[in-house]
Amino acid sequence: MSMLELYDGALNVPEIITRWYSEEAEYNYGAYIPFIGTVREEDGIEGLSFDVYEPILSAWFEAWQAKAEPLGAKLKMAHSRGDVLVHESSYIAAVFSPKRRVSLETIEKFVEDFKASAPIWKYDLKNGERIYARERSTAISGAGILGGNV
Amino acid sequence: MVTIEFLGPIQKAPLTLEASSLRDVAEVLKQDTEMAQWLENCAVAVNDTLVATLDTALKAGDKVSLLPPVCGG
Repeated sequence: MSMLELYDGALNVPEIITRWYSEEAEYNYGAYIPFIGTVREEDGIEGLSFDVYEPILSAWFEAWQAKAEPLGAKLKMAHSRGDVLVHESSYIAAVFSPKRRVSLETIEKFVEDFKASAPIWKYDLKNGERIYARERSTAISGAGILGGNV
Repeated sequence: MVTIEFLGPIQKAPLTLEASSLRDVAEVLKQDTEMAQWLENCAVAVNDTLVATLDTALKAGDKVSLLPPVCGG
C-alpha cells in the first residue's frame, strides 16, 4: 500500500493512526510521531475545502521518502480532498524512526515543506460559498517565470 | 500542439496551442487579462515536473500546468 493516502472528505483519524501503528509494529522503530491537522472554527467558516493535484504531490512525497530512507526513517501521509468541516481533520503526517531525534527533526521539516510546496489548494466554506484562501497561500519556490519574475 | 492546464483556483478551461518553448506560452497568456493576477505567482510544470526557466523546450503532446499559491493541511 502507498504511504500517501488521499480521501474524499474528512479523515478517519483513529482508524488511520491505529492502522499505521500496526503496519509498522514489526519494523523495530522506537519512535512514531504523527502530526494531525484539524480545522478550527475561525472567521465564521463552516469548514475548509481542498483541491489536490496528485501527480506532483506523489512525486514530492516520494522525494521526501527517499530523503528519509538513509536516516532509517519512514514517512506516511494522509490528506483530504473536498470539504472538511470545523473540528474535523484534513491532514496527517507521520514519521517512524529507530530513535526519537530523527523523527522529531524530520516531522518539522516535512510539515513545513509540505505547507510551502505540496500542490494542494485551500478554500474557506462560508455562507455556502467556496472561497480560495489566497492570503494564507504560498507561491511555490520558483513561481513567476511566466510573468517574467525571474 | 501543447496543452495548458490551470490548477486549483484558476477558473479556466484547458487551452491547446502551438508552442516550442515556455516563452511562447508566456506570450499567449500575457495577452489574457484574466490571467494577469496569476502569471506572477504561479509555478509551472511540464509533464508533471516543475521547471525553472522560460527556455524549457516543448514538443507536441506536452502538458504544461500552472500551479497557483498553495496551502495544504
